[in-house]
Amino acid sequence: MHRYIPVTETDKATMLDRIGKSSIDELFVAIPESIRLQTDLNIPEGISEPELIKIMKVCADENISTEDLCCFLGAGCYDHYIPATIKHLVSRSEFLTAYTPYQPEISQGTLQAIFEYQSNICNLTGLAYSNASLYDVATATGEAAFIAADATRRKKILVSRAVDPQIRAVLRTMLVNASIETEEIALIDFATDGLNCSAKSNDGVAAIIVQSPNFFGTIEEMKAFSEIAKANKALFIAIVDPISLAILPTPAEYGADIAVGNAQPLGNPMNFGGPHIGFIAVTEKHLRRLPGRIVGQTVDREGRRCYVLTLQAREQHIRREKATSNICSNQALCALTATIYLSLVGADGLQEVARQCTNKSYYAREQLLATESFNAVRQPVFFREFVLAAKSGATKVNELLMNCGILGGYDLSADYPEYRDHLLFCVTEKRSKQEIDRLCQVLS
Amino acid sequence: MHYDKLIFELSATGKSGYAIPKCDVRDIVLTKLAKTLRNSPLMLPCVSEAECVRHFTNLSTQNHNVDSGFYPLGSCTMKYNPRVNEDVAMLNGFSMLHPLQPANSCQGILRLLYELQCCLAEITGMDAVTLAPAAGAHGEYTGLLIIKKYHEQRKDNNRRKIIVPDSAHGTNPASAAVAGFDVVVIKSTPDGGVDLDELKAALSDEVAGLMLTNPSTLGLFEEKILEIAALVHAAGGLLYYDGANMNAIMGKTRPGDMGFDVIHLNLHKTFSAPHGGGGPGSGPVGVKSFLTDYLPLPQLIKTEDEYYEFIVDLPQSIGRIKNFYGNVAVLIKAYAYILTLGAAGLREASEIAVLNANYLKELLRNDYQLAVNKECMHEVVFAGLADKNSGVTTLDVAKRLIDYGYHPPTIYFPMIVEQAMMFEPTETESKTALDEFAAAMLKIAREAKETPEIFKNAPYTAPVSRPDEVAAARKPVLKYSGA
Repeated sequence: MHRYIPVTETDKATMLDRIGKSSIDELFVAIPESIRLQTDLNIPEGISEPELIKIMKVCADENISTEDLCCFLGAGCYDHYIPATIKHLVSRSEFLTAYTPYQPEISQGTLQAIFEYQSNICNLTGLAYSNASLYDVATATGEAAFIAADATRRKKILVSRAVDPQIRAVLRTMLVNASIETEEIALIDFATDGLNCSAKSNDGVAAIIVQSPNFFGTIEEMKAFSEIAKANKALFIAIVDPISLAILPTPAEYGADIAVGNAQPLGNPMNFGGPHIGFIAVTEKHLRRLPGRIVGQTVDREGRRCYVLTLQAREQHIRREKATSNICSNQALCALTATIYLSLVGADGLQEVARQCTNKSYYAREQLLATESFNAVRQPVFFREFVLAAKSGATKVNELLMNCGILGGYDLSADYPEYRDHLLFCVTEKRSKQEIDRLCQVLS
Repeated sequence: MHYDKLIFELSATGKSGYAIPKCDVRDIVLTKLAKTLRNSPLMLPCVSEAECVRHFTNLSTQNHNVDSGFYPLGSCTMKYNPRVNEDVAMLNGFSMLHPLQPANSCQGILRLLYELQCCLAEITGMDAVTLAPAAGAHGEYTGLLIIKKYHEQRKDNNRRKIIVPDSAHGTNPASAAVAGFDVVVIKSTPDGGVDLDELKAALSDEVAGLMLTNPSTLGLFEEKILEIAALVHAAGGLLYYDGANMNAIMGKTRPGDMGFDVIHLNLHKTFSAPHGGGGPGSGPVGVKSFLTDYLPLPQLIKTEDEYYEFIVDLPQSIGRIKNFYGNVAVLIKAYAYILTLGAAGLREASEIAVLNANYLKELLRNDYQLAVNKECMHEVVFAGLADKNSGVTTLDVAKRLIDYGYHPPTIYFPMIVEQAMMFEPTETESKTALDEFAAAMLKIAREAKETPEIFKNAPYTAPVSRPDEVAAARKPVLKYSGA
């Protein structure tokens, strides 16, 4: 009897007797004989807890993590400081081992936390409504494109080439299968080319998608793109970074209709890529097109303030084949993490994190250029990430850094063949001056 | 006591629960940096660390959860979530890995993920597995795109229809629609199985595939599965397996052996990863060998010299479906679970899950109306109270169960059963737990006869009772907007 299973042999006998069967196998007679497994699965014998820990520890130790590497890599996943408190709160059984709050009476904890999460996302973006979260920023961008296509009844999306290549790849997968065309807007100096965007915009375009800070870290002229969208009665979809929003204009300020982003930087570990969390916020007009779970405030039969899943008529379990999204779960625990993170850091703390990312990334760029190992590139103002061209080759630089315990920048050549040997460096508030100086020293 | 403060109501300017080292490089003047800066006020809560901890701790206590009590929510497999799995997933050697770091610096995690792919393939009888999908519905979507690509590559361009039984989970038809298919819904037999005549009538050279949950959403094994598979294949379609109910059959039979071509699993159900209040989940997809070229990007492979790496140069792939590769922390927990149970443990888990469901069925069958009078698999569906005269509905029973300290079953699903109540006890509940739960259910049935009026206002013991959902939807308040 396995330690996770509490049914004894005596129990089994009593239960089978009550059911009127003489063996457990009799409960499986509905499975046609020809497909009943005759042998054990080819999976090793079960193990004890100490054995498991040993195996997993060995496996973890075969990796060199950012605990030991000094991380200057971003490109869609960020090494920000995670307050110790978060792990303790998020690991609480009550949050961890509950499911979707279908029964509001015994799920107020999860429901209220999501309500607070939605409130924070609305405040960060300035937009009217948010939902309980989505899988990640890439799928959130796809969902935003669906909203735009539905709202405008148009079948074409313009997306900047300065949008994270992984987001664009997921977007292509989602749109091509929904018979929506995508067209890319060209780059100029690591930013989206406004003239190219204007030239490609017309009354067939459902939405223009621009990211700011973009994949290269560049802060885009969002207002200008938003106006191009408006002029063509298309929606403007902004992909934004939640930490940068502490200092940069909100999507509402520049007239975005939909904002999406990656909330991993808000207290969620990098976790080798997942789980992360995508957020989405929309203007009032698009509330009923929002995908996924939404939590709303109401009162109970005694007039007490409380929270419920609401506007469920949009959702797959009601609309089934007429649904415009199949989203069922959300990233509840990651949303809780982001909520706790924002509660701990507060407005001042988030601004401080954003300010330090800015100061330190500018300092790092200046110092890296001083090593004379890089050529400067023309890049407008940036946040947290910037591009440099490695004179001795990107691979060589990163190998050298790795040998010195430093995780180097992202090599842009695979996604942008024209940027051969260009590295995208990321500097968060976690990096100290000393660490940045060491990075430069290694490359001098 | 009902704790009802919002974090925003604890906020006061000047408070903070956070400190990082002072900035040790020169200050950039932000206004020089960007033409404009944020204009609107940043209204994040300002609270001390202690207040923050107390707030979220108080909130948490208002959740029913697997650790505190029985949670027989059907189709959701609310089994015990082993704590050691949390510990190992949180090892810094995993959680602090950057997804884009070079493969030679993360062979450990890549090997783990590769081995998990192999284990899941073995358990399901499939040839290849991708761990990329973030949840069950995301797995469905991925699997359907693979089916679509398969037909496209064969230039079989008329296959625009996906058949879905009316007993299916709501995500099935929704996923098919989002993947660009036309959905054909077929009626099920009264016992929730596939109606072969309906199926035959729906099959044609326009059908791309059939989506099926087996055991079905009524908790019954589809006895005609081989015949169904043969019919769909003969018509040129593929068979998709919704793995929501996989907890019934581990080590007993495999979807791959039943004739399914594409499957998804819910690691947060069958493989014990915690549900987290609604996610993150994980929905790996398995395929037969003739479909491996279409799996999403990236694919994780093992080279001849035992080196693990991602490859993206796969022109026939459906493309990327998510950032990076899967919800790795969830995948680690599932892998730890499989290692811990082993082949025998997995089989035992399914056997006891089925035994528990059948035992619960026997305990309740006189007072609640069985949807189908047959041996069930891992879950059992009732059509409300046996006595239909009291006027007490399934919703009433569910709300009353809360007063007895239990999470209600899944209610009003499957939609083909009136007043449906779907119980899934899982293998991690003891006989005593089931006996006590059944006693509460019988007591409720008696209350329905004797004091039906008490149901109207149930629950009485929960922090809140019967929230006004109509008002919530009519006038949505979806964020805090000040005192």
